[in-house]
Amino acid sequence: MDSQAIASEPVGPHENQDAHDHPPYLVHHFATIGQQVETASFGMWVFLVTEIMFFGGMFMAYLLYRSWYYHAFVAGSNLLSIQMGTIMTATLIVSSFTVAMGVYCAETRNRKGLIVSLIITLVLGLSFLGIKADEWHGAYVEHHIPGANFSIEDFVHPTDARDIPMAPDEALHTQIFFFLYFSLTGVHALHMIIGCCVLSVLLFQIWGGAYMDGHTSMIQNFGLYWHFVDIVWIFLFPLLYLISRHPLK
Amino acid sequence: MHFISPVLWQFLVKWLSTFPLFPPEASTISIQMDAFFFFLLLVTALGVLIVAAMVISFSVMYRKEKNPVATQIEGSTLLEATWTIIPLALFLVCFVWGALLYFRIYNPPTNAMNIYIVGKQWMWKAEHPGGQHEINSLHIPINRPVQLTMISQDVFHSFSVPAFRIKREVIPGRYSTVWFEATKLGTYHLFCTQYCGTNHSAMVGEVFAMTPEDYKAWTAGSTSGSSLAQNGERLFASLGCNSCHSGEATARGPNLAQVYGSRLQLANGSTVIADDAFLRQAILTPSTHVEAGYAPIMPTYQGQVSEEGVIDLVEFIKNLNSNYRVQQTTAAATQPPAGQGSPVTAGSQSPAETAQKSPRPSGGVK
Amino acid sequence: MSTSLSLPDQQEATLPKLNYLNTEFGLKSWLLTRDHKRIALLYLVTIAFFFAIGGTAAALMRLELLTPVGDLVSSDTYNKLFSIHGIIMVFFFLVPVAPAVLGNFLIPIMIGAKDVAFPKLNLLSYYLFATGGCIELFTILQGGIDTGWTFTTPLSTHYVNTNVISAAMGIFIAGFSSILTGLNFIVTIHRLRAPGMTWFRLPLFIWSYYATSLIFVLATPVIAIALLLLVLERVFGIGIFDPAMGGDPLLFQHLFWFYSHPAVYIMILPGMGVISEVMACFSKKRVFGYTAVAFSSVAIAVFSFFVWAHHMFIMGISNYSALVFSFFTMLVAVPSAIKIFNWSATMYKGSVTFDTPMLYAFSFIGLFTLGGLTGVMLAALGMDIHVTETYFIVAHFHYVMVGGMVSAVMCGIHFWWPKITGRMYPESLGRLAASTLFIGFNLTFFPQFILGYMGMPRRYHAYPPEFQALNVLSTAGASILAIGYLLPAMYLLWSLKYGKIAGSNPWGAAGLEWEIQSPPLTENFVETPVVDHEAYDYEWLAQKHEHEVKTLG
Repeated sequence: MDSQAIASEPVGPHENQDAHDHPPYLVHHFATIGQQVETASFGMWVFLVTEIMFFGGMFMAYLLYRSWYYHAFVAGSNLLSIQMGTIMTATLIVSSFTVAMGVYCAETRNRKGLIVSLIITLVLGLSFLGIKADEWHGAYVEHHIPGANFSIEDFVHPTDARDIPMAPDEALHTQIFFFLYFSLTGVHALHMIIGCCVLSVLLFQIWGGAYMDGHTSMIQNFGLYWHFVDIVWIFLFPLLYLISRHPLK
Repeated sequence: MHFISPVLWQFLVKWLSTFPLFPPEASTISIQMDAFFFFLLLVTALGVLIVAAMVISFSVMYRKEKNPVATQIEGSTLLEATWTIIPLALFLVCFVWGALLYFRIYNPPTNAMNIYIVGKQWMWKAEHPGGQHEINSLHIPINRPVQLTMISQDVFHSFSVPAFRIKREVIPGRYSTVWFEATKLGTYHLFCTQYCGTNHSAMVGEVFAMTPEDYKAWTAGSTSGSSLAQNGERLFASLGCNSCHSGEATARGPNLAQVYGSRLQLANGSTVIADDAFLRQAILTPSTHVEAGYAPIMPTYQGQVSEEGVIDLVEFIKNLNSNYRVQQTTAAATQPPAGQGSPVTAGSQSPAETAQKSPRPSGGVK
Repeated sequence: MSTSLSLPDQQEATLPKLNYLNTEFGLKSWLLTRDHKRIALLYLVTIAFFFAIGGTAAALMRLELLTPVGDLVSSDTYNKLFSIHGIIMVFFFLVPVAPAVLGNFLIPIMIGAKDVAFPKLNLLSYYLFATGGCIELFTILQGGIDTGWTFTTPLSTHYVNTNVISAAMGIFIAGFSSILTGLNFIVTIHRLRAPGMTWFRLPLFIWSYYATSLIFVLATPVIAIALLLLVLERVFGIGIFDPAMGGDPLLFQHLFWFYSHPAVYIMILPGMGVISEVMACFSKKRVFGYTAVAFSSVAIAVFSFFVWAHHMFIMGISNYSALVFSFFTMLVAVPSAIKIFNWSATMYKGSVTFDTPMLYAFSFIGLFTLGGLTGVMLAALGMDIHVTETYFIVAHFHYVMVGGMVSAVMCGIHFWWPKITGRMYPESLGRLAASTLFIGFNLTFFPQFILGYMGMPRRYHAYPPEFQALNVLSTAGASILAIGYLLPAMYLLWSLKYGKIAGSNPWGAAGLEWEIQSPPLTENFVETPVVDHEAYDYEWLAQKHEHEVKTLG
């Protein structure tokens, strides 16, 4: 796949890799900067593949139980706030844009632009987490946390007139919906938290003047990660909030 | 060796000459299984011998002392194709033969007698249709197909009788089945082969294969007084099932007489055949198994009926040919409140359903 | 087309003054190293420790099984012993041993690189592994776990009160070590090959490690999530795997085996890489059918993802999906057969010597052939019903995992020991140990095939008395097997100080790792090598040697 790429690199890199004539960010075991950048980005892509498999297990569980307990999943989905979900989705899409702007600014060595884009990204990421926390708190108040204080009351005697009351044995299965809801959004939120931590470290480094020398593969790879986490949410939002809801008022 | 120690010698001779190397063949399947096993053994032996022959002969012929200079050979497409296609063909023969055997073991014949097995930590309970209960033992007649309908009350177990060459996982929450036809009188091991907790290795028992006459005598001698269906009838009444499933035109629940084995139209649009598994689900999670035309008003019996109780109920419904006795018990208890909660489409439902009551299609259930 | 090769004179070899072992000293230089070779040694020491724990558990189990009644340990203890044995041996020995030790040491050298792509990540992988291992040790000290290594639900979630959570978390964390190691190898093999090292000039070792890494990266995350769900279910009692609450216990089985079947190939594929190298070296010949062997590794990796449900044939999956999975299992057996035949054919017209690594390779070929063919028996649906969950399956996977993989690991360690340490081990003891291992292994596990066909279930603490004779035989074999492990441990340690100096290429083997000094420099190569010949090119090696003799001698 890439043997040509490497073969076309200058042969015998050791000679031209004199201890003094290479940039300081070239790690010793790479021959050229090109090789180093390609390696880092390829590594990131492979990592994202493992992430897909990681979420894949939970999506598999979601699909299985959704087909088994369709009504319970619909009833559970109806209790999630579509407004909040939409706001969170918008937040993440905008943050994807700002992180892309950040990568562009880093490549064009625009320090101010880079800092501003990344700060906006961080703020958006944190507000996503804030909304999520609020939503989880709401679920706690309404006794929708499986294993902790789950109550099927809302499904047996729904307050919304459009909901059909469920029999208790069927309503019990909404617990599986909420379990999957919490594990999927929880693991996603964990990825967001890690992303925000990395972002803070990057910002701190940029504040100190880093990444202004044209070697931006760290920022680019972070951008890849951030986009990936957004894309996971783009799948979660319809699966958990949107499909087979009763019509909006 | 006997000059070393006569005692040891005695011990070894006695020991080595008595321990078995092959399990008894005591069912119809076991003969077929062993035939397949010997075929597989042959394939294995052939494979090992060919590889051993290659390795040993090349080691001798091309050892360094004899052949100090290696000749470089790239490979051979013809040989690669040979040792791709021949093993593949052999493996596919194994696949087809194995699949035939698998389908034979897991598809019971229609005339098989049914025994229920309940696995729990750490014992096997067998329930015969006549109401005979046994723990860690199973009495069966020879020369008659026996089907086991099995369920676990807690964790995964696995029901294994090596002499019959059968085994099936016993799973919590769903029935699994296996069948055999014993051919030889005798007592055989019964094992739990799926690890199930602390006393897993104590979850063993014995299978007694008896002549049909002996089996008949045994069933007569160990009866508990009432059959499973009779137990089920009592449970049916005590749980109040008969107040809705009375079979009357005004009843809130569907008529259960002759429902076993029939094709049912469910409220969610699907059709199912009312087999053991369906009846069990309908008792434990009724709201997802509502018959078309009825309201989902039946409460769940999850946690109120043990697996044995469910088996009694299933067996009762299986044998329910008319509602005469149900209505008798209902009348003796309380009169159902007339008019209230009658079936949504009671008028059209009953005849339609009776029309569907065709005899159970042979082999259609499993 | 003939190769004559006279071995370089090893008598005058001396240890190189500067090598990766003596550039830096002190504990810190080891614990914070980014050198792939030093990390490999850290793994070797850690994994050997875990192997000792797992082996001790196995020895106690075999002792218990001497008599039909449970008299040495209680059934509870016995269950803990086989759970520990399984968990430690699978997740902390078999899965990491070949990739993390041999792979870390050799992959960069074999492709002509100075290090793996991400050295810091490599060190992080080691520490994740060590952390997971410590949690597992903590689990044992806390009183152990008795679910078996398969964590079957709902037993593990609702019915046992041992340390399931910490055991699962230990595996979860060690799993990330696997993922990152696999990632590192894939990127290294793609991006760091020396100029001229094209895909089809790579040693077959690299091909099989590449296939292994694919499985690492694609399968390990699934067990991570399965164990995470298991822990959540156990903590909160939610019932996603509990049938009483509407969950499906078979879902856990699917997720678990989606990893754990490919994991079997994680364990065996690296071994196949080692055998390719050794068969070529001691036949002084290119591996027969290089392309077929290379592609069969990738084929195994790909097929391995479509066979997982063959662990569930008797669990009530639909008869038709059983058909599909049985069919794919038959297919995955074919590439293994191709490999076996190609290795055997490599010796044809070779110039074969029988040094210790070659004996281990023979042991691998023999035991893996038997293990693989009994695997075909288990894949045949009808036969699986009778022999699964008995000692037959125990014997089968030990033939593949211990007979195959442990032979291959021993083979690899003996083969590259001179490269790793710069010293030779005593050859005659090596051959003795290899033979002991082979004999002990067969004595231990062959009786178990018979026991299994007779129906003795696995994981039994007490068993019917008619099975005793074969169990005694098996235990007797296990004690010979133990000698087969202890002997190499002793003479390899001895050789660290007293072994003969090996020189750069004691076996006269082809391959970049044999072109450099033993032990290598920290940066492996003084000059980045330019590769202009195929792998296993013994003619090229002979010419080079002749040339050296002419110019220097």
